Amino acid sequence: MEESNNKIVISIEGLTKSFGDNTILDGITLHLNKEENLVVLGKSGSGKSVLIKCIVGLLQHDTGSIKVGSHEITDISEEELIKVRKKIGFLFQGAALYDSMTVRENLTFALLRLKEKFTTDQVNEMIEEALENVGLPDSIDKMPSELSGGMKKRIGLARTLVVKPDIILYDEPTTGLDPITSDEISHLINDTRDKFKNASIIITHDINCVKTVADRIVMIKDGKVYKEGSLEEFTSEQDPYIKSFFK
Amino acid sequence: MPKQIPNPEVAVKEEASLTSLVKEKMKMFFIKIANVIEYLSIVFRNLFTNKFEFQEFLKQCYQIGNNSVGLISITGIIVGLVLTIQSRPSLVNFGAVSILPGMVAISIIREMGPVITALICAGKIGSSMGAELSSMRVTEQIDAMEVSNTNPINFLIIPRFVAAAVMIPLLTLYADAIGIFGSWLGVNIKDTLSLKLFIAEAFKNLEFIDIFPAVIKSFFFGAVIGLVGCYKGYNAGRGTESVGIAANSAVVTSSLLLIIVDLIAVQITDLL
Repeated sequence: MEESNNKIVISIEGLTKSFGDNTILDGITLHLNKEENLVVLGKSGSGKSVLIKCIVGLLQHDTGSIKVGSHEITDISEEELIKVRKKIGFLFQGAALYDSMTVRENLTFALLRLKEKFTTDQVNEMIEEALENVGLPDSIDKMPSELSGGMKKRIGLARTLVVKPDIILYDEPTTGLDPITSDEISHLINDTRDKFKNASIIITHDINCVKTVADRIVMIKDGKVYKEGSLEEFTSEQDPYIKSFFK
Repeated sequence: MPKQIPNPEVAVKEEASLTSLVKEKMKMFFIKIANVIEYLSIVFRNLFTNKFEFQEFLKQCYQIGNNSVGLISITGIIVGLVLTIQSRPSLVNFGAVSILPGMVAISIIREMGPVITALICAGKIGSSMGAELSSMRVTEQIDAMEVSNTNPINFLIIPRFVAAAVMIPLLTLYADAIGIFGSWLGVNIKDTLSLKLFIAEAFKNLEFIDIFPAVIKSFFFGAVIGLVGCYKGYNAGRGTESVGIAANSAVVTSSLLLIIVDLIAVQITDLL
């Protein structure tokens, strides 16, 4: 038991979150292991994005507990939250690159705000390395408006990787992309995990992405965990709701 | 046609729904007031407690100045010109045309310069702040900033608000100078007067009490434009239509507040 606990990097128990009278998350319990790609699956509006925003403290959950490493997110102090955020990278649905900054400035901003001071040479080296990792070293001086949707996602991932997080939260990484680019992004998620040994939660309803990246799947329905298991367990499931996703 | 008998049940229901509607409106009004007070307290607390983002402040100053200077030049020169052309015939009738430079300078410096500059900036800067911040909200850039350990109030709102408060008085002084130059052009349509003599005449009647309150008033105008523009943008909804609503609302609200602040400033100046 002690050994399995050491493997857990995020532990969520009985999480609830409501917006007014609308209950989005209704007692979610799940965990994320080291170096694991956990896919959170569910239809649009099922609270998947709310879940990861609660993990990183962008939204305050109502009840339940979220533990990131040894840090309990509930009623966390600002200093502790900074420590947690240094461990977590977040790839937003639309990449959320800062429009007024070049790619270089986007990455520098993330690096210098989250990590200790670096020399200009060190910063440049780390940025170039992060862009190499996502296969876009030539985009360094481009503005986000000059990038395609897929390139934005890659740059968003580079901005996440530049701070070398232990955990990456992907919010619908392949949404709005063509099948080829979606596939490239899915493989990039795997490559990132293999290279940096990070754990990831991938929020998606793209089944091709699920099939490529999932080590384990948690399906959310009506704010609750509907099923948890491996890809094989999900694909062989006879439940009509689950089958409707994997048909 | 038979007279319609009012149904008492319908009348009671209508009255009840009207009461609940008024109650709801009142509730929303007080919620908005509470939100504004909370926003102002957060902004001013952060302004005095957190590290000031100086680079971002300089960038905002440049943008405010660079975006508005052309428009203010054109407007300033036209205001000076029109004011002179309109006032001259009346002054000629009274044989008081010699006071024209002084009169125009006082009206430009005390009122026209600050108010027109502020209204132009409310349209130009207020709307751009509202649109920019709301679009950052919609595209999750503000969330990304928070995740990157950056306080958005500190990085986005305070530099914009302070830059507006600093730049509007400078732009007002510039608009005053351009307006006086426009007035000189207006005088020279009918008469011949050297610029040096015109300026000497204009400033002969000016006192410190004419310039100082106008600069202070412009500072408050700038603060209003910055705070309203940022409030509307930062608190915009998540949908794309929120961008337009925020930009529009920033201009309307800040323009209205500018007129109210001007009214208060005039009353205070009058007491001095």
